[in-house]
Amino acid sequence: MSGQNHDQTILLARDLAIGYPDHMVAKTINFDLHQGEFMAIVGINGIGKSTLLRTLGNVQSKISGTIEINEKSLEKLPPKELALEISMVLTEPVASKNLTVFELVALGRQPYTNWLGSLTKEDREKINHALVILELLPLKNQKCFELSDGQLQRVMIARAFAQDTSLILLDEPTTHLDLYHKVKILKLLKSISRQTLKTIVFTSHEIELAIQLCDSMLLLDGVENPFGPPCTLIEQKAFDQLFPSDTVSFDANTGSFRIEK
Amino acid sequence: MNASGTYRLSFLLLLIALLLALVMNISLGSVTIPFGDTLKSIFGGTLENRTWAYIIWNYRIPKALTAVLVGSGLALSGLLMQTLFRNPLAGPFVLGISSGASLGAALLIMGGSLVAGIWTLDLVNDMTLALASSIGSFLVLMAVMIVASKVKDTMALLIIGLMFGSITAAIVSVLSYFTNAEKLRQYIFWSFGSIGNLSWTQLLMLMGILFLGSALGILSIKALNALLLGENYAKSLGVDLKKAKYIIIIATGLLAGGITAFAGPIAFVGLAVPHLARQIFNTTDHSILLPAVLVYGAILMLLCDTVAQMPNSANVLPINAITSILGAPVVIWLLVRKRKMIF
Repeated sequence: MSGQNHDQTILLARDLAIGYPDHMVAKTINFDLHQGEFMAIVGINGIGKSTLLRTLGNVQSKISGTIEINEKSLEKLPPKELALEISMVLTEPVASKNLTVFELVALGRQPYTNWLGSLTKEDREKINHALVILELLPLKNQKCFELSDGQLQRVMIARAFAQDTSLILLDEPTTHLDLYHKVKILKLLKSISRQTLKTIVFTSHEIELAIQLCDSMLLLDGVENPFGPPCTLIEQKAFDQLFPSDTVSFDANTGSFRIEK
Repeated sequence: MNASGTYRLSFLLLLIALLLALVMNISLGSVTIPFGDTLKSIFGGTLENRTWAYIIWNYRIPKALTAVLVGSGLALSGLLMQTLFRNPLAGPFVLGISSGASLGAALLIMGGSLVAGIWTLDLVNDMTLALASSIGSFLVLMAVMIVASKVKDTMALLIIGLMFGSITAAIVSVLSYFTNAEKLRQYIFWSFGSIGNLSWTQLLMLMGILFLGSALGILSIKALNALLLGENYAKSLGVDLKKAKYIIIIATGLLAGGITAFAGPIAFVGLAVPHLARQIFNTTDHSILLPAVLVYGAILMLLCDTVAQMPNSANVLPINAITSILGAPVVIWLLVRKRKMIF
């Protein structure tokens, strides 16, 4: 269904348990992602979507199980090599908004630059390419504190894109955005994954949008964690248990949620 | 690139300003030595006025060099702190490093009177004072580093630094309460800060400290730039976070601790100069900011010292008072102008 025939596995999770040393958040997470796949992690608030994403990016350690990136064990990769495999867009605000758009995107080239961080011609080309794809060229010399939320989110995605990794992880890239900008960002991400064959994983509350756009979805419920293409998940009635059924119910025909009155 | 040309021009202008400030600082003081004669003497010419030459070489030049080293070093440690803690208000004082130095000095000067009898001979001189304050600042630095390895949150580390400062201040007040007037006066004079009485040996040590601190800073340029995004982003960009943090903390400790040891606590240079540099160069790139704060810090300190010398008068004002009087309005002006402190 996903239409992906690139059989190289980019990201793999087996029997993964995530959380903190004294508090397990979710367990038995299993999935395989291939090159160019566009995947959403959805679930109810507090179920551990961000924790999972941060664990996949090695920002925090897993409790048990296996994570492999390009067939290499995630936690065994030294920081520098990891930075060549995975780039991230996190929910935490950028510490210094005094950076210009160009400077911020240029930081994405750090894994490739010399000890002083000087940009080569190739680095500049990659940065410009990222600015073009994310439609940021006119904003290139603006300071980040001058940007809107939607623009800033595109800048952060451009930075991850400039890092030129096979996998991009995004934590709630559509929060604080209106419907138009949500759709715009998600469509942009999808077209990036199609055109550049980068594997993109994002967490989101936009289940209905994700059903329409994603190749595969992981429904985090902490125990079963169904994974697969949206249509298969609908057939398996996986969305029905996502929220308490006395509040919202899933309509399989329209692929949307209804409020129980 | 056009931008790098602008930077080069700015640096050229800055260096000229630095030289002017240096010559002005050397020529002005209780005795005014004309600019021409000052330059002549600096470049190896012999002056007809023997006293002038003596004043220049034995008093004014060591003092001016101290001002340059102290200003550069404090400004650099301020820049490192502000980026490491991603807090525009961070400075060498915030980590408690200066407080540690004060504690060392206070214990040496005033602690003696508490155990009178054992301490009959006077141990207090410039060298022991420098030693005591270095030990004080390094003990606090080590405590901060131990805490830093346990606490990941930089805000928490900042608060712990402030707490160390409070503890030190409390101990110093207890000591001042019990000590005699003479000792208290001696301690207060140390806390005024002084850059006028360093020997050439002490100057060389200070130079070594600044050199080492700057070298560690330069090695951290890339990590510092990545830290502008936050620690998690820096990590995802391949920065070895733990190592980078240690190097930056050691560099700051060396600079702030060493300088406070030799020159006393000098306020505001570390806090204000990085903000000035960011405003004037309009960048956050540490490969520009790092050399910029070194030069700015030196210029600012030379100017403050020139004011403190009160040209044509025999009086000398406490340098710490001047840096605060000039530094605090700068910080306020930056805040008001931008309505917020961006770093």
